Order: sequence, then structure tokens, then C-alpha cells
Amino acid sequence: MEDTEQPLVRFDGVSKRFGALTAVDRLSLDIRSGEFFALLGPSGCGKTTLLRMLAGFEAPSEGRILLDGEDIGAMPPHLRPVNMMFQSYALFPHLNVENNVGFGLRQEKVSRAEIAERVDAMLALVRLSGYGGRRIDQLSGGQKQRVALARALIKQPRVLLLDEPLAALDKKLRAETQFELMELQRRLGTAFVIVTHDQEEAMIVADRIAVMDRGRLAQVATPEALYERPNSRWVADFIGEVSLIEGRFATPGVFQSMIGRIAVADKTATLGETAWLALRPEKISLGTERPADAANAVAGTVFETGYRGDRSVHKVRLADRSLMKVAVPNNAARGGLSVGPGDVVWLSWPDDAGVVLTQ
Amino acid sequence: MRKAARLRSPGNSRLVVLIPYLWLLALFFVPFVIVLKISLSQTVMALPPYRPLLDPSAGWAGVKDFAAHLTLDAYALLGSDELYLRSYLKSLEVAGLSTALLLAIGYPIAYGIVRSPRALQPLLVMLVVLPFWTSFLIRVYAWMNILQRDGLLNDALMALHVIGSPRVWLSTDTAVYIGLVYSYLPFMVLPLYAVLDKLDPALLEAAADLGCTRVRAFWRVTFPLSLPGVAAGALLCFIPITGEFVIPDLLGGSRTLMIGQTLWTEFFANRDWPVASAIAVALLALLLVPILLYERLQKRAIGETP
Repeated sequence: MEDTEQPLVRFDGVSKRFGALTAVDRLSLDIRSGEFFALLGPSGCGKTTLLRMLAGFEAPSEGRILLDGEDIGAMPPHLRPVNMMFQSYALFPHLNVENNVGFGLRQEKVSRAEIAERVDAMLALVRLSGYGGRRIDQLSGGQKQRVALARALIKQPRVLLLDEPLAALDKKLRAETQFELMELQRRLGTAFVIVTHDQEEAMIVADRIAVMDRGRLAQVATPEALYERPNSRWVADFIGEVSLIEGRFATPGVFQSMIGRIAVADKTATLGETAWLALRPEKISLGTERPADAANAVAGTVFETGYRGDRSVHKVRLADRSLMKVAVPNNAARGGLSVGPGDVVWLSWPDDAGVVLTQ
Repeated sequence: MRKAARLRSPGNSRLVVLIPYLWLLALFFVPFVIVLKISLSQTVMALPPYRPLLDPSAGWAGVKDFAAHLTLDAYALLGSDELYLRSYLKSLEVAGLSTALLLAIGYPIAYGIVRSPRALQPLLVMLVVLPFWTSFLIRVYAWMNILQRDGLLNDALMALHVIGSPRVWLSTDTAVYIGLVYSYLPFMVLPLYAVLDKLDPALLEAAADLGCTRVRAFWRVTFPLSLPGVAAGALLCFIPITGEFVIPDLLGGSRTLMIGQTLWTEFFANRDWPVASAIAVALLALLLVPILLYERLQKRAIGETP
């Protein structure tokens, strides 16, 4: 390719309205060649509509969708070099595994011998060799998921679309399959676009994530940037857990809030502007004594404790009645702290622990 | 089956399973044995008009005497007189062709209902079933009225200048087909609707995604998956039409007799109960063929290569 700067997929001011409902609202987004891209958001945020517009099942109400620089807005789904893996898998119940996987090739002028060869290769890729003659209703959920994946990949699409591909699997299998998907994507080099409402899943599999809220993009960034540097309270709250403290900078580096003055290194907000300090639970230390050398320390009472195996998350009530979440690793062997509801504790964090948000 | 198993007491569930068998035994098998018995008798001028009669009071000797007098004469007559063979063939021809017509008309109707707005569907299904609210006979008489020489059909066709002078519709095969297709349409549309309605729309999207045009997706996905409905609808129409009596008798001509009419003649006009019974038994045997075919089709419906 000559022009390496050209995105694989470009949404250019795309909107989709269903009657009075605006599912996607003037959205612009680039997806690069070869990346694993996730569309993440709560249900009804428009992520599935966006994916279906890329597949061709919905036409945009306005805006353009470009694939390799070509406007595909008017192209019917059967001509698009894009394939989709459906949430329900949508496997053809009247065809066996082999014929499901080979279905896409049969619509083209591909010889029977080549179809058989490519189906075999595809079944091997998804570790289903020898299952070609099985009926769909003889497969387990995980096997169906792999057949659906093989069927969508066999035509070597420019982009593979995955609509909540792992939602029907149980948690353990889902975790394994996430890593399989990543490995497959790296091996094939095909761009994958996954729609999911599971932020953990998006963070694990994707190179970049677009967080959507009510038809618009809230933030597009790598998983790490989304978690460490969210651009709004909404994103900070949606991705992972966070405590938000409202206040304003009185002087540079000093954040004035309901719980007192907080030393903050982040200089995002201008002086006097209303802002929020976002603190992740694991960045806060918990102790029974006031730490001597901490940049910030505040006392509170443990209100609620959630045990999560590897760590415990305590909700601590501060003097102003606000709650702050603190995560403590459960490593009792290393002298882990044991606190419970009602205990008075001290929370402390360095000045670079939080992010200042102005939206 | 799962529902039956959920009933607490095993005695209950056995009873539930027994009900359909008792029903079949009392209302199908016993009458059938009686008909079979009569078909093996000889006609006589008496009451009842056939011999031998089984005399239970004579005990074992009576049974032996009865069995000794059974005869296959009625079946021999069915084979020897071409009238019967022609009636059977005519019935199969009429049933086959009208089933094909019903499928050609019923499938688009069922498909159209499934594709129409969800809120409208119950109403459309209602409209398909609505004719049942009127007596079947009245509807056939209405068709006689429409099809007669100065009836609605001729009036309409002449008003539209399709024909210049009235045509003869009544007492023709065309009239029989019109009557049959009209009367049996719900039996074709409903099973097709039931099957098409269950079809997951995502399957059609998947087909389109994998390169099928709408037409191809229909033939590669929708139609094969609707085959159980096609078979059910075809059976529901073909079998009763083969034995149909009222419609061909009222709308058809006297020259082409379907087997139902021949049976009626033997029973009521000729008072030949054994031959009438033999016709019925042979018809039943004939109709077992499509039913067995359907069973086989169902067994291998899944897992076939396209």
C-alpha cells in the first residue's frame, strides 16, 4: 500500500435515526488496518447500530462510511468485503459444520475442491478438525462460536465484525476465548471490530477502544489511556471503578474540595474552574495510622467491604459523608491489613495518583 | 414428552399417554376393522345388505363359519373395472395439482404475512381463518352462484372486456380447482406461516453477509428451512382432497368422477356396501404412501448437504 496514512474504515459524520430515536449521532471515527478495535458502551449507546451500518444491514441517515477510501454507503451487504460474526451465531441449522463454514465461498465462483481445502484449513484454525460432518445442534456453545468465527473468516474479509461474540459463553470459557481471538487476530493480521458491553473484555482484547454514550463517541484511546487518562467523568466511571471528588484549583497544584486541600500534580483545569479529581481505588493506600510522608491523607470510616478474592474493595465514608473506594490486595502473607465496617482508617495517595477532569 | 414427565405421579403420566391411543382405538381402529370386515363380504338384498354376519352366540363355530365365507370379490371388482382405477387416478391428479396450486398461492401469502408489520400479523392470520366462520356448504354454494352462466365471474370478466360472451365455468374441472384451492387455502397458509414466523431474521442477514442476494438467500436459507411447513401444508391439503366429495360433486361435471363420488354412488345408489368399503380401504392404503414419505423426509431433513 502506498498511502499508509489512509484508515481502513472511516466513519465520516455518520448519523442513524430510527423514527424519533437517534441511535448514532454525527459520529466520526477511523479504524486502522490490522488493529483489534472495540466499540464499548452500555446497551442502547448505538455501538451495534454502528457495526450493522458497517456490515450494510442499516443505511446511515447521513454521513459517509469509507472502506479503503471508497464510499460503501450504498453497497448492499452481500457485496461488501466485510464479514460479521453474529451474537446469536446465526448458524444455518439445515447445514452441517462444513457447509456452514463453506457457505460464503459457495456464493462465489470457487471450485468444490478449493472450497473443501479452505474449509478444512479454516476448521483446523479454529481447532474443529474432524467436526465437518457434525450437525449444528450436535455442537456445544463454544464449538458453535468457533464455527461462526470460521464461517465469517473464510472469505478473508477486510474487516471482521464481531457482535458480542462471547456473550453466550460462560465466564471461564469466555476468558479462554478472548485470548484465542487475540492470537487469531495477530496471526491473520485482519482488522477485527468487536462490539461489547463488557469493559473488561474490551480492555483485554482490543488495541484501541471507542467508548460510546448515547450515539456519540465519549473517548477513543488505548485501554491503558482510557483507564489512566479518561477524558470525562462519564468515561472514568464507566471504565473500572473510580472515586470522583469535586472541587477547583485555588492555586496551581492545590485542589480545593469538600474533603480539604488535595495536592494534585495534574494541571488540566484552569484556576477557579469546577473540576473533578478521579481516583482509582488501587491507587489509594489504606492504613490505621496517619501516614507521615503522604502527599494527601484523609480519615474515614469503613462503610462496606467487598471481598473479591485477590483483593478487597472498601467503601470508606469521609467527614463530608461522601464515599471513597479503596482497593487492597489480599496478601495476608505479606502482612496484609484486615479492616472491616466501622473501623476508622486513613486513606493516602501521592499527588500524581489522580486525574483532573473538567467534563 | 418433557411436559408429561413433569406430572408428579407416574400413573397420571401413563394415563395422559393412553388418551390419544384410546381415542385412536375407539374412533379410528375399531371403525376401520368394521369397514375392512364389510369389504371382505358379499352384497345381498337384505338388512344389512351384506353377508356373512358374525354371530357371537354361535361361539367358535360361528367365527369359523364367518371366516370361511369372507371373500376378496369386492377387491377383485376394483381391479377388473376400469371405472375405479380411473377414479383413483383422477383423485390423485386433482389432489396433486390443487396441492401444487395451493403451495404456489399459499407460500407467498404466508411469506407476506411474516414480512408485514408485527402488529398487523394477528389480523392477517385472522383473515386467513375467517372463512371458517361461515358454513363450508354455504361457501361452496356461493361459488356455484359466482361460477354460473350469469354469475359474478362472467359479469366481471365481460365488464373488463376479457371475454366477449359468457363462458361455462360450472361443472368443469376449473370450477373444482377453484373450489378446492379456495377451501383448503388456510390449511396451506397456517403451517407455512408457523414455520416462516419462527425463522431467525439473523439467518438471512448472515446469508447476505456471506454473499447471497435476497433471491439466493431465499432459496438457500428460507426455503430449505420452511420445508417442514411445506410438507405439513401439502399433506394437510393432499390427503383430504384425494377423498374430497362435496366440492367435485357440487362444482364439477358428471364426466370426471373422483373416488369420493364413486364411493358415494356404490354406497347410496348401488347399495353395494362391500365394494364401497373396499374403495375406502384401498384409498386409505393409497394415502399411506405420502404419509410414509413425509416421515422419511422428516428423519433425514437435518444434516443433508444442499
